[in-house]
Amino acid sequence: MTALAGEALEASLNEKPRPAPRTGRRRAGRWLLPAWSWLVILWLCSPIIVMIIFGFNNTKGKFNTNWQGFTLRWYHQLFAIPDLTSALKNSVSIAVIVTLIATAMGTLLGIALGRHRFRGSGSVNLLLFANIAAPEVVLGASLLSLFLTLGVPRGYWTIVIAHVMFSIAYVAVTVRARMAGLDPSLEEAARDLGAGPLTTFGKVTLPMIMPGVMAGALLAFALSIDDYIITSFNNGSTQTFPLWVYGAAQRTGGSVPPQVNVMGTLIFGFGVLLAVLGAVSNRKKV
Amino acid sequence: MSRSRLRARLVPYLLVLPGWLWLVIFFVVPTLVMLSVSTMTGDLGTGFKQTFHWSTYSDGWRLYHVQFVRSIVYGLIATAICLVIAYPVAYWIAFRGGRHKSSLLFLLLLPFFVSFVIRTQSWNFILSDNGMVISRLKDWHWVGQDFHILATPVAVIGGLIYNFLPFTVLPIYVALERVDPALLEASADLYASKTAAFRKVVLPLSMPGVFAAVLLTFVPVTADYVNAAILGGTKTTMIGNVIQTEYFTNLNYPLAAALSFILMGGLLIGVFAYAKSLGTDDVLDMAGA
Repeated sequence: MTALAGEALEASLNEKPRPAPRTGRRRAGRWLLPAWSWLVILWLCSPIIVMIIFGFNNTKGKFNTNWQGFTLRWYHQLFAIPDLTSALKNSVSIAVIVTLIATAMGTLLGIALGRHRFRGSGSVNLLLFANIAAPEVVLGASLLSLFLTLGVPRGYWTIVIAHVMFSIAYVAVTVRARMAGLDPSLEEAARDLGAGPLTTFGKVTLPMIMPGVMAGALLAFALSIDDYIITSFNNGSTQTFPLWVYGAAQRTGGSVPPQVNVMGTLIFGFGVLLAVLGAVSNRKKV
Repeated sequence: MSRSRLRARLVPYLLVLPGWLWLVIFFVVPTLVMLSVSTMTGDLGTGFKQTFHWSTYSDGWRLYHVQFVRSIVYGLIATAICLVIAYPVAYWIAFRGGRHKSSLLFLLLLPFFVSFVIRTQSWNFILSDNGMVISRLKDWHWVGQDFHILATPVAVIGGLIYNFLPFTVLPIYVALERVDPALLEASADLYASKTAAFRKVVLPLSMPGVFAAVLLTFVPVTADYVNAAILGGTKTTMIGNVIQTEYFTNLNYPLAAALSFILMGGLLIGVFAYAKSLGTDDVLDMAGA
């Protein structure tokens, strides 16, 4: 939801550890701070743990609320609910399309803003800031106003349009931050050695900003696959995974079928795996 | 001016163009359309006509000022608690994380890998009236039989804090991470106590991060309606819920648009006033814009 998440994610994946400053004795701080921090981390993770555990619950009735023993049944019957399956498919394919478009456009924006000084760059920065600062419900509602006024039927492609709209700025600021930290003399050196603008971009600039681009892409994917608010304004009758889960919970008064837990667990595992692989491959390159 | 100079000057505009166009068409224009819809009158059957009916705004405020004020109060409480929870965590990771800094940060970001709706739904499940927590408390007679958390402001504000806490931690962490440890050594050499060093060196240097955190937490919290919808009841309705209902249940597009505009106008004016009063550059920079 924020560019900082992108930057921090990038930092968390690439950071070279800085030694902790040596401080003298420290009584309360020695255990109070870590205890507090671990409590917070545990609290943040507790709903995830519950989600994972109840994906293995051998529930008999329609509701997945009480622990009734361990089973792998829901992993076997993962696609037993056709509507849920198609909602998940929509979510994944939308997220992939959105990631490609938003990463391309956002990267170009980020390069321009991080490298070039040009008339109007201030207003572009302001546009990005306003886009990030505007509340989601307003972004969704105003886009709906446009579609209603123009009589555009809402569905799969209006969701894609909406998701690209709120992802571009995040990719752009992530890439811009990376770009601003680069030494321009490297590109000058490439040019002095006879490389054309495209070669310089492909062989020097792009590889150096790649961690920023990847973090931006990861962020765009996560934002898209997770979005509920803006999607709910522009989906028409098309369902996505979060919309389906929300609808199911509203219908049953707060209980969702165990397949939702399993899908959530798999998405979670996949996301963590991607992030860790990214971190490992970055470490090797550095 | 040579041809290549001209081309070089055009480059940034060409780079910016596609993303800029997308944002103008699907962000700026819709906002203007919404402004126009907000002063229309009519209904869905006969169609809406532009009549510059500005009193929709005063009607909207009159009808729903309770929800507006409630959203702001929830936003302020949640942001304040988020700061209190987040600062020590960010401090600990930035100054004592050592080699494990990246891993600890990663743990804080773990919730982002699970859908926002599922996480909130999970809290509904954990806190439900006959769920694992409340029924234990009732068994032990720590609380009365009619005790409940769901549908109370505690549940909604708790959910908001839970969902937006990482947005509070990250900017503070980024600011603290930039503090040069040599400054702490210097202050120790100058006989500053630990507390004094924190108050006079670390805290002021981390302020831009704190301000950015306030911004990044307060805006989405105030406009959120998912937490109120899943964890709340009729007495915890926030303005986001009202806008959603006006659009989809009452099909009163002008009123919904006017309410959205009041919300966005209020938040944006607040954000810019806040940023200006603290020095725009620092805050916008830390907010990643």
